[in-house]
Amino acid sequence: MTDRSYIKVSRENGVGVIQLHRPEVANALNRKMVDEIVEEMEAFDRDASIRVIVVKGNNKAFAAGADIEEMLEDTPLSIELLDPFAIWDRLTLIKKPVIASVNGFALGGGFELALHCDLIIAGEDVRFGFPEVKLGVMPGAGGTQFLTKAMGKRKALEWIWLGEFMDAKEAMNYGVINRVVAPEMVVEETMRLAEKLSKQPPISLRLIKEAVGKAEELSLMDGMKLERKNFYLAFDSQDQKEGMNAFIEKRSPFFRGV
Amino acid sequence: MESIDYQTITYEHKNGVATIALNRPTAYNAFTAEMNKEIIKALKVASKDRDVRCIVMTGTGKAFCAGEDLGGVDENTDHAAFLRKRYHPMMKAIKEVPKPIVAAVNGTAAGAGMSLALAADFRLVQPKTKFVSAFMNIGLIPDSGFMYVLPRLIGYAKALEIAVLGKPITGEEAYKLGLATKMIEPTEWDEKVHEFALSMAGLSTKAFGLIKRYMMDGMNLSFDEVLEQEAQAQRIAGMSQDHLEGLNAFKEKRRAEFSGN
Repeated sequence: MTDRSYIKVSRENGVGVIQLHRPEVANALNRKMVDEIVEEMEAFDRDASIRVIVVKGNNKAFAAGADIEEMLEDTPLSIELLDPFAIWDRLTLIKKPVIASVNGFALGGGFELALHCDLIIAGEDVRFGFPEVKLGVMPGAGGTQFLTKAMGKRKALEWIWLGEFMDAKEAMNYGVINRVVAPEMVVEETMRLAEKLSKQPPISLRLIKEAVGKAEELSLMDGMKLERKNFYLAFDSQDQKEGMNAFIEKRSPFFRGV
Repeated sequence: MESIDYQTITYEHKNGVATIALNRPTAYNAFTAEMNKEIIKALKVASKDRDVRCIVMTGTGKAFCAGEDLGGVDENTDHAAFLRKRYHPMMKAIKEVPKPIVAAVNGTAAGAGMSLALAADFRLVQPKTKFVSAFMNIGLIPDSGFMYVLPRLIGYAKALEIAVLGKPITGEEAYKLGLATKMIEPTEWDEKVHEFALSMAGLSTKAFGLIKRYMMDGMNLSFDEVLEQEAQAQRIAGMSQDHLEGLNAFKEKRRAEFSGN
């Protein structure tokens, strides 16, 4: 277990866990905290012993937004020069599966952090939302883009315009999140999913993540070409041999990530 | 525990049972905006108080609750806004309380007062108790969760009759329909109500909270979804102190002493 200023980092059976830890302010994200999250996630991405990354808060909140006080004095030019959202882009470059484990609230920047993850598991009582509009601003760390890709333009506009809380069931119905579980079970169910994923062939997961991600960005033909190349690339792994041999030999495969 | 000065209800806590009594007897305990708020407040207090294991809701005087006071309703009333502001927060609060709520329906429960009784987890009645779905009599529809709960409690056909025909349901009929758990004679009322509440308070209320959370809404879900919810809820229950106590009591051939944790 490593502690940074605003997060805790731990590892368990090949799963790297980043826990947001500013409990006194419901894990509101400040800039230092985002730096720490990104740095630790990149470290996990490079660490060969880690196969899946989990981001979680505590049982009251995933993250209840950004640190408003930090922004009070900002001017357009000061933000342009500081460029605080640029570091978020590095989250999109993580190659390993990233799961957000959400309890309580995921609002504003906290919701954006969850949306930067590949999969989202949430408790039944979780409230998601973009309340920025009520402060006379708007989401700034990818909210308008990620939510629109997840639920389509009309629903995304409704939620981001009104700034109301979206409950877990609504988020689930629109494919914004993957699973809704009992609030008490969020961490346990997340780890169960993470362990399942950690037994899958890591190289396949990596190539799949890239191909699925590109499906949202590329034309169909370009996406198909990329998929094909990644399919071919998988055949260079020992896990491909192991997987196919195990199938022929009617046994369970054991994937080593090479 | 801080003591709160309630105006429209009374709140009493005795032997693990919190009793919330609607206390406007001269108006047959009809709701006011303040009463809606005070009920929510009292439910929060009872939810947070670890010593409270069961909540009884009842009425002072002859009636349980006459529903909304029609004196304040006229052609300018926006009924939807009214429900969203006044009643929905109260009904949601009742649904979210993880502890057993017993409606001790001492007299007439009419309109939203009937909805309140339906929202409770159990209903105790007297033979002279009357449930009156008065809504259609004044050209309105049942509200405050009535249309969700009643068909789930007694089936659609009977629920529709009650909603539409507006004929009062006596305590005896309610008991036969399965709407009421017990029918109690007025002479034994206070004693038997408390006895029932005490028995609820002695249960594994941790497990009760999980049943309440999933069973009714489970009627909207598929078999597979309910199975998964049961697995997760059983995992939670399986880690509770109540479960441990239950297992020990079983092995030691004694009665379990549940704490609700």
